[in-house]
Amino acid sequence: MTRHYSALNLAREGLSGHKGWARAWTSPEPKKRYDVVIVGGGGHGLATAYYLAKTHGITNVAVIEKGWLGGGNTGRNTTVVRSNYFFPESVALYEMSLNLYEELSKELNYNVMLSQRGMLMLCHTPAEMEMSARLVNAMQLNGTDAELLDTEGVRKIMPIYNFSPDSRFPALGGALQPRGGTARHDAVAWGYARAASALGVDIIQQCEVTDFLIEGGACRGVKTTQGEIRADRVGLAVAGHSSQMAEKAGFRLPVTSYALQACVSEPVKPILDIAVHCAGSGSYASQSDKGEIVIGGGLDRVPSYGQRGTLPTLEHVIAGILEMFPAFRQLKLMRQWGGIVDVVPDSSPLIGPSPLPNLFLNCGWGTGGFKAIPAGGTLLAHLLATGQHHDISRPFDLDRFATGRLIDEAAGSGIAH
Amino acid sequence: MHIYTCPFCGPRPETEFHFGGEAGNDRPDGDVPAQAWADYLHYRQNPKGAAREIWIHLTCHEVFVMTRDTVTMAAQPGEPIPSDTTDRGDA
Repeated sequence: MTRHYSALNLAREGLSGHKGWARAWTSPEPKKRYDVVIVGGGGHGLATAYYLAKTHGITNVAVIEKGWLGGGNTGRNTTVVRSNYFFPESVALYEMSLNLYEELSKELNYNVMLSQRGMLMLCHTPAEMEMSARLVNAMQLNGTDAELLDTEGVRKIMPIYNFSPDSRFPALGGALQPRGGTARHDAVAWGYARAASALGVDIIQQCEVTDFLIEGGACRGVKTTQGEIRADRVGLAVAGHSSQMAEKAGFRLPVTSYALQACVSEPVKPILDIAVHCAGSGSYASQSDKGEIVIGGGLDRVPSYGQRGTLPTLEHVIAGILEMFPAFRQLKLMRQWGGIVDVVPDSSPLIGPSPLPNLFLNCGWGTGGFKAIPAGGTLLAHLLATGQHHDISRPFDLDRFATGRLIDEAAGSGIAH
Repeated sequence: MHIYTCPFCGPRPETEFHFGGEAGNDRPDGDVPAQAWADYLHYRQNPKGAAREIWIHLTCHEVFVMTRDTVTMAAQPGEPIPSDTTDRGDA
């Protein structure tokens, strides 16, 4: 059976009809007991399992997923990776993630198709230019890459933008993070699943966690549609359904769930060599490796668990994109979808112990969880293995809502929720 | 386009409305512990299914309570907030 992915093995398998490839991961029956159970088989849950096994040597681990791997927000996002945040705590977190992404294909022996084509946040007013200068300065001081562009700088990297004097969104400039870009979302989930499985982690799909086993005031495992599974520690990585799982565990979270939509056009030849965000409309776009224009925007402003969006929000997003790129009027949209995102009042994630002993949280990523997968996995694995915070996760503990030490990235870097 | 029903204006398109938070999240009185204050400010029920919510009809400024299903999006007609029965001294 061929397990390692390499040019040599590809050639070898090519000569023998590709019959020797092993399954990427195994699908065992759940055991009665694990050291650690992770609820949620998206990117964050699978990455947590991988780092538990790889970094901490804890391999008696199960990832329990009610649907299929990466079928939630991991498979519904617009694949952008970046670390263009304002506060030192946030840059430390997202920079950890981007650094891990840069090595991920090699680390996992799985091509996650990272393309660091740059992430550009456009500015349309002098006030926005000043806020961008502030953001760029903060990013540079915090040790990540950032450049402030003027109109000519934008024109150079994005000639198809609408530079007409009549444009509703004139490009005065923008904040560019050259190391930002995109990665293949499914590959990130599958790569972590394959690598975790190879280290002995059990990946269990089509198994829903229905409740927690709580004895002596502490979490001792989970009840699932395939029976009870006991565990010393449980990690929760369920994004938009975090409040629902928290309710079963007996506590509330500072989370409201909203739908976030995205859509994708028919594939066209290369025309947009950057991931671009428009402050004026909240719309953003990039071009996939297949040539599709991938389009996203702001939240639907209605709390929702519906995994689909409403038309007024979609119309607003598309109107913004067409004003920015008049040439896109000819494109046909192929698909449109929605995911349920877990929005926190200060637009920063929740990472840390939960109010229920032995249960640990990784949620609250809002509209930006995909770019944080490697860091979210590393930090939740650290918590599950040691019971203690990593230095980078400490500021993101739930206690910040009582102490008032919020990390308000809506004010810092202009996140729109 | 969803249609919500303002108790004052009747059925109107969703774009005329603004979500104002969960109903029943009452401000705690007096000197309360930090966690109770955090509960009021930040922590939410975030229900899946039937939800009681405060909504504002932006065109007439009516603030009202609406029961809505957060999965199917089905919305009941809005209910006026019961008028304040305390004496405002304007009689």
